[in-house]
Amino acid sequence: MAESDVKILGGWPSPFVMRPRIALNIKSVGYEFLEEKFGVKSDLLIKSNPVYKKIPVLIHGDKTICESLVIVQYIDEAWSSGPSILPSDTYDRATARFWAAYIDDKWFPALSGIPKAQGEEAKAEAVKQLLSGTALLEEAFHKCSKGKAFFGGDSIGYLDIALGSFLGWLRVTELNGLTILDAEMTPGLAGWAENFCADSAVKEVMPETRKLAEFAKMLFTKMRAPPST
Amino acid sequence: MADEITLLDFWPSPFGMRVRLALTLKGIDYIYKEENLQQKSDLLLKSNPIHKKIPTMIHNGNPISESLIMVQYIDETWPKSSSLLPSDPYGRSQSRFWADYVDKKVYDCGRRTCFAKSPEEGDAAVKELLECLKVVECELGEKLYFGGENLGYVDVALVPFYSWFYAYESFGGLSIRDECPKIVAWAKRCLENESVAKSLPDQQKIYEFVVTMRKKFGVE
Repeated sequence: MAESDVKILGGWPSPFVMRPRIALNIKSVGYEFLEEKFGVKSDLLIKSNPVYKKIPVLIHGDKTICESLVIVQYIDEAWSSGPSILPSDTYDRATARFWAAYIDDKWFPALSGIPKAQGEEAKAEAVKQLLSGTALLEEAFHKCSKGKAFFGGDSIGYLDIALGSFLGWLRVTELNGLTILDAEMTPGLAGWAENFCADSAVKEVMPETRKLAEFAKMLFTKMRAPPST
Repeated sequence: MADEITLLDFWPSPFGMRVRLALTLKGIDYIYKEENLQQKSDLLLKSNPIHKKIPTMIHNGNPISESLIMVQYIDETWPKSSSLLPSDPYGRSQSRFWADYVDKKVYDCGRRTCFAKSPEEGDAAVKELLECLKVVECELGEKLYFGGENLGYVDVALVPFYSWFYAYESFGGLSIRDECPKIVAWAKRCLENESVAKSLPDQQKIYEFVVTMRKKFGVE
């Protein structure tokens, strides 16, 4: 199918947008990246995702698919001849889905809660939550990877994509002096993070930490600014 | 080896109902264990140490939790009978999207409608509940079921909430039948299926449960 038949509507800083881009790279499927302007929703976005009006959106021919993990599963099933993204065993699939949901519902809110926390106590509590969640993921990594480089085994899979997409933001958080992944506390995940970011499907879509940090600064400034009239 | 399935559950839970329904639709035998949520069993705490929540299913010693993940697991492990997800990738993506929408919206608005601590909170919850039911009603359109001609994944995800409708209406001061007639008609159509009728408690029982819980939470 021609590259123009596959489009991703998104923004370079979004970890959710990174997920389907990695998935398409794994499948060696070319696509057009339609960059949304920050702070302004295009007519195409509103028309393609009327329910949430959010990125990412995958446009495949005349079909639109929304919600990052739904899109990743769609990509895995629509291009079934490429390397598999979800595990083949149904129990392993349930395990991968469970941890991906945990990452989205608990772990990432804990990560993004840190810069939003007001006061020392709240910040300490937010950090505590994030670190205990990360310890659970370290355990999950050992169970799922079974000694191999990725949650998915020898190559990147669903759970790698779900967690790995947040590595850019994780590194931005670490710039402020907090250690989240390191060789002592989380040896498995520390090694996994390096392998993930070095992978050919990930390299070109993972933003540079400095660039993301600048974006984060701009974002928080905008969030704290009084609303414009 | 015969399959051994235990479902740890709590009878009013719409999430538990989803799993009961999926197993029943597929004709799969299982052992139902009612959990006391004030005193969770060792088995539940061991099987779902992360969330410690029901429903949790144990299949041949392997625990699975999170209702929609469980329903997909059931559909994939027993693919031959009553497929819940469509076979084409796009159809599957749409089913997953809408089941996820039900998860994000219906439960929370419904809970806030029943247990609102102030009239303002209640009104806001009712408004949101109706909004999301109308969105879902629009998605149903003229189809018999969300799954098309037969019950599917989204039907399984949503129909348990029908058992809570009388509670939503009584405490929210609304008529879902008037506001979303197609959803009510769809739910009644689902209930004509024996598996659905078996898996959903009576609306009156749920209402009485909510009355008890409201007293417990000190909601007047």
